[in-house]
Amino acid sequence: MSKSLNIALLGNPNTGKTSVFNALTGLSQKVGNYPGITVEKKEGICKLNRTTKGHVLDLPGTYSLNASSMDESVVIELLLNRKSKDFPDVAVVVTDVENLKRNLLLFTQVKDLGIPTLLVINMADQMKRKGITLDIPVLEKAIDTKIAMVSTRENKGLQELKQLIINYRELSTTATISIDSIDEEYFKNLEKIFPNQSLYKLWLVITQDVNFAKIDRKRVSDATDFKTESPSNLKRLQQKETVKRYQFINNVLKQGLRVDREAATDLRSRFDRVLIHKFWGYIIFFVVLMTIFQSIFSWSSIPQDFIDNSFASLSQVLGEKLPAGVFTDLLTQGIVPGLGGIVIFIPQIAFLFFFISILEETGYMSRVVFLMDRGLRRFGLSGKSVIPLISGTACAIPAVMATRNIENWKERLITILVTPFTTCSARLPVYAILIALVIPEDSVFGLSYKGLMLMFLYLVGFGTALLAAWILSKTLDIQSKSYFVVEMPNYKLPLLKNVGITVWEKTRTFVTEAGKVILAISILLWIMASYGPGKDFNQAEQIVQENYPELNETDLEIKTNAYKLEHSYIGILGKTVEPVISPLGYDWKIGIALISSFAAREVFVGTLATIYSVESDSEDTIKNRMASEVRADGSPLFNFASGVSLMLFYAFAMQCMSTLAVVRKETNSWKWPMVQLFGMTLLAYLVAFSTYQILA
Amino acid sequence: MIPLDELKIGEQAEIETIETDKLPLKLIEMGCLPGSSISLIQNAPFNDPLYIKIDESHLAIRKETAKDIFVRLID
Repeated sequence: MSKSLNIALLGNPNTGKTSVFNALTGLSQKVGNYPGITVEKKEGICKLNRTTKGHVLDLPGTYSLNASSMDESVVIELLLNRKSKDFPDVAVVVTDVENLKRNLLLFTQVKDLGIPTLLVINMADQMKRKGITLDIPVLEKAIDTKIAMVSTRENKGLQELKQLIINYRELSTTATISIDSIDEEYFKNLEKIFPNQSLYKLWLVITQDVNFAKIDRKRVSDATDFKTESPSNLKRLQQKETVKRYQFINNVLKQGLRVDREAATDLRSRFDRVLIHKFWGYIIFFVVLMTIFQSIFSWSSIPQDFIDNSFASLSQVLGEKLPAGVFTDLLTQGIVPGLGGIVIFIPQIAFLFFFISILEETGYMSRVVFLMDRGLRRFGLSGKSVIPLISGTACAIPAVMATRNIENWKERLITILVTPFTTCSARLPVYAILIALVIPEDSVFGLSYKGLMLMFLYLVGFGTALLAAWILSKTLDIQSKSYFVVEMPNYKLPLLKNVGITVWEKTRTFVTEAGKVILAISILLWIMASYGPGKDFNQAEQIVQENYPELNETDLEIKTNAYKLEHSYIGILGKTVEPVISPLGYDWKIGIALISSFAAREVFVGTLATIYSVESDSEDTIKNRMASEVRADGSPLFNFASGVSLMLFYAFAMQCMSTLAVVRKETNSWKWPMVQLFGMTLLAYLVAFSTYQILA
Repeated sequence: MIPLDELKIGEQAEIETIETDKLPLKLIEMGCLPGSSISLIQNAPFNDPLYIKIDESHLAIRKETAKDIFVRLID
């Protein structure tokens, strides 16, 4: 029988905690959510030795145990809850060798909870370059635990870390500071009321309740009734606690840390001088964005064409090889084209996550926050809104969650509300196929019209987000205290493994989640398109034959299929909405795609694919089918006017149920998601309407 | 003693006092405490936000927060 240990990884942001997690667990990771909240829960399995494995939990990055956000309160919840199945046997606090002083604050707090706590000093390979020398035995004695020197970059020190984890029982659990020295009288009182309880835990519960009322904590009796101090007094005590801890840490580091500034070479200031320069900084940021969007479009077109063709021929082969019947039809006309509609945009999503993860890993993202804060504040946003707005280009769901580190509630709410305007990757396949159809092939100054159109759509997304933010900031009456603290991490070469795992994880989750929806919708669509009520559908062949007696067999079949589709359940639905959308330049088939897109935008292409394959039995690519669609007068359905109108509709409309659900969770109210749903969709209709009327 | 937003780039200073009630606890936990060494590394247009270094921590804070931190120049 093998044993299993619970290991909790803790640490400040930017310490390489996730690199340590990746190094320990590799691809055996599982990303989920903590029950009831949208905080991401990352766990993985690590083989410690032949008989023991570790269940590693990568807790959200935090600077201390005094939580000020939902992500951070998850950490405290876990560490206070001995009954939780994830409660750690051993806590591993990851620190960055350059920021030991600040990093040790969290360490002392975790250790004071009485949990065996190991210290990992990461980025040990940086020591020499930074002129840092550490006396490990002295430090171990001073903080009373074991230290593992690790370099995830050079893959060093991990075996030693595993060994220390296995021997966790040997670690001392003595507190680093005595909490009652902060205010003897206060803690004496506390002890009188709750004898035999850990004072530090009680203290944490009391101070957390000031900020976080809803946390469930039955195990520490009714400490919340102990409200003899006002919030401002508690804050003063928390500050005294912080000062005490820093005294302890300064004393520790005086014994075991030497920094030779002469030996330090500073890459940071050289990069900063350019990257956050008052003029060049902005130019560079703009060029970086342009490069990303151009390359997403041009690099992914090759694998995308390949995928599109492969799925078309797969349908064809299946249709020929399998016995004819309902099941084969469902497979070749419903499921395969539907799946093709999602697989086709894996390349774009993967590239997007690749770039975003590089921006974060290198430390450049924080510089952008710094550059943009002042400008974004004019629109009622924060510099930190940059991260949601940029990661919103991948998907609005993680982006809405990424607003959590915006300290000011009004700025945060506005960011949440406008984030869905940014061009998420689900819009990309819609844009990609429409651009390919309606935008001419030419180029200007070496930039293709197609690429420029895509960039224009991204700019429309960002621009509308800013405009909406400005309007909201003038109209929303919310008072909230503003402050803004951003860490400016060191520049780092991105670790390929981290980037790879992020891209893999995000793309996989995206494809499986979206895949489920798309699969369900394509089956539903196929059924609705293959059956219909009344004699118009069931006796279609007869009716067509009577009306067009001169047709030969092939033309008759085509006409019949079209007639059938028009009178199927889905056809009836599409025809019902047609009057509303025809001023926008759309026919009833696009209407169906629009309706199904309200589940998720990326369904658009798959829906059209399913509708067209039911209609004609030929196995062609989605793009070719769309190109051959004509209006009553014989002109192509997807022309410049209707194509642009459709793209703009997708740019503005709120067509994503998952985002609405996340916004509901993050704002704790149905009001804001409803504002988004109706406000954005109305805007989309008006813009698409005027666009088509002007261009057509 | 001057408020932090009047510090010039490159000047070395030490935190003298802080407006305890106004400063967020987070900033204090990141080492913004009396006695810590502090310098201004760079500023954004309009001197806001400020890119500062407190001991070994590199942070960006807004000008309004910087007004609550008072520093003493060291030569």
